[in-house]
Amino acid sequence: MSAPPVSHPVPRPAPGGAAAAFARANLLTVAAAALFVLLALAAIFGPAIAPWNPLQTDGASALRPPGSGHWFGTDPLGRDIFSRVLVATRLDLGIALLAVSCSFLAGTALGCAAGYYGGWTDRIVSRLAETIMAFPLFVLAMGVVAALGNTVGNIVLATALINLPFYARLARAEVNVRRNAGYVDAARIAGASDARILAAHLFPNILPPLMVQVSLNMGWAILNAAGLSFIGLGVRPPDPEWGIMVAEGAQFIVSGEWWVALFPGLALMLAVFCFNLLGDGLRDLFDPRRRA
Amino acid sequence: MIAFAARRLLGALPNLAGVMVVTFVLTRALPGDPAAYFAGPAATPEAVAEVRHALGLDRSLAAQFATYAGDLARGNLGHSVTTGQPVLTELAARLPASLELVAAALLFAAAVSIPLGVLAATRPGSWIDHACRALATAGVSLPTFFTGLLLAYVFYFLLGWAPPPTGRLDAAFSPPPAFTGFYLIDSLAAGDPELFAAALAQLVLPALTLGLFVIAPITRMTRASMLGVLAAEFVRTARAAGLSRGTILIRYALRNALLPVLTTLGMVFSFLLGSSILVEKVFAWPGVGSYALEALVASDYAPVQGFVLMMAILYLLLNLAVDLAYVAVDPRVRLQG
Amino acid sequence: MSERSPPLLAVEALSVRFRTPAGDVDAVDRISFEIARGEMLGLVGESGSGKSVTCHALLGILGAGGEVAGGRALFGGMDLIAASEDELAQIRGRELSMIFQNPRAALNPIRRVGRQMEDVLLRHGPVTPGSARGRAIEALRQVRIPDPAARYAAYPFELSGGQCQRVMIALALACSPALLIADEPTTGLDVTTQAAIMELIAELARQRGMATLLITHDLALAGEYCDRIAVMHAGQLVEIAPVDAIFESPRHPYTARLVGAMPRRAAALGDLAAIRGNLPDLRRTDLPGCRFLERCDRAAADCAGPLAWSEPRTGHRVGCRHPL
Repeated sequence: MSAPPVSHPVPRPAPGGAAAAFARANLLTVAAAALFVLLALAAIFGPAIAPWNPLQTDGASALRPPGSGHWFGTDPLGRDIFSRVLVATRLDLGIALLAVSCSFLAGTALGCAAGYYGGWTDRIVSRLAETIMAFPLFVLAMGVVAALGNTVGNIVLATALINLPFYARLARAEVNVRRNAGYVDAARIAGASDARILAAHLFPNILPPLMVQVSLNMGWAILNAAGLSFIGLGVRPPDPEWGIMVAEGAQFIVSGEWWVALFPGLALMLAVFCFNLLGDGLRDLFDPRRRA
Repeated sequence: MIAFAARRLLGALPNLAGVMVVTFVLTRALPGDPAAYFAGPAATPEAVAEVRHALGLDRSLAAQFATYAGDLARGNLGHSVTTGQPVLTELAARLPASLELVAAALLFAAAVSIPLGVLAATRPGSWIDHACRALATAGVSLPTFFTGLLLAYVFYFLLGWAPPPTGRLDAAFSPPPAFTGFYLIDSLAAGDPELFAAALAQLVLPALTLGLFVIAPITRMTRASMLGVLAAEFVRTARAAGLSRGTILIRYALRNALLPVLTTLGMVFSFLLGSSILVEKVFAWPGVGSYALEALVASDYAPVQGFVLMMAILYLLLNLAVDLAYVAVDPRVRLQG
Repeated sequence: MSERSPPLLAVEALSVRFRTPAGDVDAVDRISFEIARGEMLGLVGESGSGKSVTCHALLGILGAGGEVAGGRALFGGMDLIAASEDELAQIRGRELSMIFQNPRAALNPIRRVGRQMEDVLLRHGPVTPGSARGRAIEALRQVRIPDPAARYAAYPFELSGGQCQRVMIALALACSPALLIADEPTTGLDVTTQAAIMELIAELARQRGMATLLITHDLALAGEYCDRIAVMHAGQLVEIAPVDAIFESPRHPYTARLVGAMPRRAAALGDLAAIRGNLPDLRRTDLPGCRFLERCDRAAADCAGPLAWSEPRTGHRVGCRHPL
């Protein structure tokens, strides 16, 4: 007696809408995404909706604790802290976004070239990445800004530089793995140029892990930029930026005026936390094996 | 072992060369004309030209780099414009303060994160596990300088438990006789427990602040490593042989699990060395970081560049130490090369 | 093999279930067997038939997601299944030991084998720290490791597979347990070493009056060393009998196929009869009572019902409604 092949019923997990199940399993990621939207809105519309002019000083209202008129209180020059924190979102996120974009583009291009061509290209790019990583990264950023000049542009450059190796290594590894994949060979036989293969075929395929890296890097870049501002590099007063605001508030915290430093610091924390969660969530989505 | 160390040191030479090239480029990238800067604002064009020649700035880049390398080899990192002292001397004087801070932070971080990681691994999926992971993620989100300020506010201003964040020792005390430069060790060596307590009290908040940021990666790595090791076959054998829970957890599982954790220390040192600048500023800690910051504010660049170079070399040496430690602990690497 | 004295180990209707994201898996379904003092019972079956899982359940070392779903295992007056972790820790390594396959991976890779030996000796005592080293070397000598004093300081990666297995045997036998469970102890070793290891186990068992539960997928190996053989299929015990009976007069269709599939000296390759089909997917919810049903030539309608046991001869039990 030979039984005909029959599919046997296998018990299924508890039923539920796919979206609901997704949200339940990835609650933190969804929350982080919502927070990201909030931050983006603050960055885009901040200056327009701020209740006070962030640059307007008012000596008479200096160092007021949080209250009805000033939700976050005022700083030593009488400026409204809530407005300044809100408006600073644009600068902080903008610097980080610009820096990460630059290091993403440059690092990925270099890494792809290194992974695809191998040989001397690989050696040079690897040596470049290794040299950058031979420094404690924040120290290198500080050195670069100190040497090139104290401007916001150099903050972006320095942050981009120290983030470059991550993208270069990742892109190199991913391209290396896929270099001889079927679709690449097919494109090569069809006569596609190297540039075309890299841009049209390899790049879209290595995008997911790179995106995870971008999200994680955003948090790190924000911290970096804020750290540089805290030690006096980059953004100059009176521009509102979270790092500089914490520095301005530092001297008052030990005498009890906690609000000057707390609110910008919390905003910093929130932004970095948001990007870290997003990055973790993206990583879980794309590569569940590496769930931390 | 010595052979391994020598090989490893040789392997680090290209990195050292790269570091030197970068710092050289940074010294030549100063805004404006370095010769005019060093000659001073009142210098005549001839004086500036003289300074340019004296500094060798009119020679080729390659020749300048050769001089630069030679200077470094002789320990000549230039002079501080504000104090007139050789940069190397000043850095060396302040280095122990920074090292003590970094060492204390690392010890604190390890003492917290390793047990946390072990706890999370022995109860996977439990609320402890989730709490650990949340704590770890929150940890890397904290701006170090902000954490320092918060801790100072809570523990000094509000609770009065910590001393004022004014450096290594309260004004009432004088430093112990210099032996290692570490106040904790030197005060004990001098048999002065009161001084030890005072130095420790000043060290607590800065070390906590610096260490908080690195708790996350160490915990994460310990947890992941422990999870893997606890599922390993040799742990099953140990259980079947009836060894006690403690022996299995510590002597069998943890020792094996710590090996990958050791390799993450390299990245941890990068964070620690970099963030120490911020912590030194917040707590007025008289280390090399605050030295560089003071020089930066005064547009005195030689100390800044000396600082960057010193940090890079320190980082190199620390990574080498981690590699050596790994080899010492893992017999498979030691005996199989 | 005395039939009057109570068995050393009596397993009754033991079931083990694994909870997986894809559903529950009944890896072991109500198996019962006994082992008498000093005898060697072979537990034979294909990979995935639940042999190792059964032993892990006995020792209380089931992995994550696994739990005993029913049954008892009486060992020296104690029910292993109902015992607490502390009670089990008392007898593990002392009264009841286990050795595993892949011996090099089963030893702590960064600890010298002599120290691992001492860990076990000191744990179960009475051994003083001073005499531990000597006792460890002696234990290594008893498992015929050449130059035991030198091997004491070796790491597992410095030893051959056979030597590592000897070390594991030494660890397991350090306290002369009453029962040794040997889970595929010779798989992965070369043939000569296999024979040497089995000889060692058999001799040590004889010397110490120790019972052995030998788990293997190699029926021929079991036939050479065991007193009785229990055959498992897809988590069910299908036949248990003295070794001669298994080979000469198997009663369960599966056992007969296993015996028929054994390479014998005079047989040609074409004589080997493979067993049709594969083990059923244990995640299914519609498994028949006899899990061999879909691979069996003698299947009848009532085979889908619960497994029925009969005892055609004393000491020979078979779980089949239509035995050979």
